[in-house]
Amino acid sequence: METAKKRILTGNKAMAEAIALEMERDPKVFVLGEDIGNYGGIFGSTQGLIEKFGKERVLDTPISETAFIGAAIGAAAEGMRPVVELMFVDFFGVCMDQIYNHMAKIQYMSGGNVKLPMVLMTAVGGGYNDAAQHSQTLYATFGHMPGLKVVAPSNPYDLKGMMTSAIQDDNPVVFMFHKSLQGLGWMEQLDVSAAHVPEESYTVPLNKAKVVREGKDVTIVGIQMTVHQAMVAAERLAADGIDAEVIDLRSIAPIDKETIIDSVKKTHRLFIVDEDYKSYGMTAEIAAIAAEEAFYDLEAPIRRLANPDVPIPYSRPLEQFVLPNADKIYEQVKDLMNE
Amino acid sequence: MTTFEEKQPAVSVEKLKWMYEMMAKSRYFEDQMVEVYTEGKAPVFNIGAGPVPGEMHLSTGQEPAAVGICVHLTKDDTVTAPHRPHHHAIAKGVDLKKMTAEMFGKETGLGKGKGGHMHLFDPAVKFSCGGIVAAGIPHALGAAMAAKMQGKDWVAVAFIGEGAANAGAFHESLNLAAVWNLPLILVIEDNSYGISVAKKAATAVETNDLRAAAYGIAGAHVKGNDPIAMYKVSEEAVSRARNGQGPTIIEIETYRFLGHFQGDPELYRDKAEVPGLREQDPILKLRNSLVEAKGATEKELLKIEKRVKQEVDEAYQFARDSNYPAPEAALDDVFSS
Repeated sequence: METAKKRILTGNKAMAEAIALEMERDPKVFVLGEDIGNYGGIFGSTQGLIEKFGKERVLDTPISETAFIGAAIGAAAEGMRPVVELMFVDFFGVCMDQIYNHMAKIQYMSGGNVKLPMVLMTAVGGGYNDAAQHSQTLYATFGHMPGLKVVAPSNPYDLKGMMTSAIQDDNPVVFMFHKSLQGLGWMEQLDVSAAHVPEESYTVPLNKAKVVREGKDVTIVGIQMTVHQAMVAAERLAADGIDAEVIDLRSIAPIDKETIIDSVKKTHRLFIVDEDYKSYGMTAEIAAIAAEEAFYDLEAPIRRLANPDVPIPYSRPLEQFVLPNADKIYEQVKDLMNE
Repeated sequence: MTTFEEKQPAVSVEKLKWMYEMMAKSRYFEDQMVEVYTEGKAPVFNIGAGPVPGEMHLSTGQEPAAVGICVHLTKDDTVTAPHRPHHHAIAKGVDLKKMTAEMFGKETGLGKGKGGHMHLFDPAVKFSCGGIVAAGIPHALGAAMAAKMQGKDWVAVAFIGEGAANAGAFHESLNLAAVWNLPLILVIEDNSYGISVAKKAATAVETNDLRAAAYGIAGAHVKGNDPIAMYKVSEEAVSRARNGQGPTIIEIETYRFLGHFQGDPELYRDKAEVPGLREQDPILKLRNSLVEAKGATEKELLKIEKRVKQEVDEAYQFARDSNYPAPEAALDDVFSS
């Protein structure tokens, strides 16, 4: 019997393929940003697009984030469907007015009369010694502002399917892709950064978390890298007789409360792990949801692991101390099980 | 060599009358707003009280900047305006009833009461404005980009105050418009003040159109708040943009008869300044020159003024008669479905 060989793609190629398919389908879709043309995006998110669609639809911009993100907003208001890249999420400071005050609010302030069908894609995450201005995730910073859909896919299948959904959505979407999950040759090669991706176009919803490992003893919620770390920890916990359920949050905003609550009602324990700052962050938000909606189902206090409230340091031992990892998750979930 | 003025055809009387009507409409609209805004705010001024609460930035005196260029635009051309947007909105043909209702916070407003006077959006005539200085320039840039990508001869006009010429968005947007040769026209209304800070204390260049040289684009300056000079300069700029010859910066010297916002004590300017400016009222000047040049009879002008008054009065009545939105409507329109 013949078995079809499954096509494997890296995260960046999955993303770029989604954009290419949408550009083929809809002439109003175009891409702009710094080094997204011949370079193919610093993190490969636009690889091959300029060869296929030319520089009229794949536009390298000057280093002018306010102008080109604002221009994407202006073009979207005219019915175009721009995909605009902010190279590192850390660069948000130079263009946050356009994102927070315009991209997020124009639909609302216009009473729904103006639509902004646009995608702002941006690279997030640390772990490769790039220090405090190039390593943040800032999930909560973007999730905090009403009017933005914010997603953070963790694997090539979701990167493609969620990018397709984001481009087809009539609302502004902040699409955060994790540098370490792009499968780039110049970073540590992670097995999870390459996976089977169907050739055809498909969508993955922008508002649904996913249970990636079923378990009955404790719920671990993670985002992007911390999902994969949680999966490693879960296998070690299993060897110790602890059956962890792991949720890949996928959507920062709107957040899928139901999947989290359902899981907590089943396992009665909640551990949240996030590569963002701890205070006022994703872990606090998820803990609040559980406390509000599943308090009496909890058998132990909620525990959370996130970057301590310091900027992300450069030196390897310092950065590794700050970021979550599988060992920390394993140890802290063990502690939680003894509560 | 023929000068710019010599090679331009004379401005048609019809166009002048249109400009007069739009200026008169904007002025009458704002004169009414000066009164309406005080309702519920006396004897003690409370910015949050009355039928039109919140900040109110009026453009009284600055009308030539808007009409002199909007006369060359169609509904397919895009206009973005700043926090002082009424004259632009009126000249661009924004629905006056819905615009007024928005300022009253009513459900019939352009944004169903969610925007207010600084945030007016009328996609039917491609008009928008916003409350962040200089932030509308990139939006016009994007509209210009969309026009070019779709092979249309549409243009985009961004209006800003002279204070916005010192913001980063100005530089980034003009550089990008120039390098991509986009049909963008930036109109800078120099009313001498960024709130209270005088232009000469905020920038070292004499006039901001000189900055065009820094981007390799065209620049033009209009003196004396003159709508006809604005018409001529804008005609050339719009034609250049429509014909794929790139962006232009126009700076017009204009006058702000009122404070930065209603309630501004205006301690930063001499008490004699405003009466002096009012003597140079551009609407009266255009009216007089129309009559003197026999472009319009007194009777015709009175008819225009009557029409304007009726339209504005109806808009205010519509706004007053409209309902407030249901409070829980605050939760709608965050996302489109």
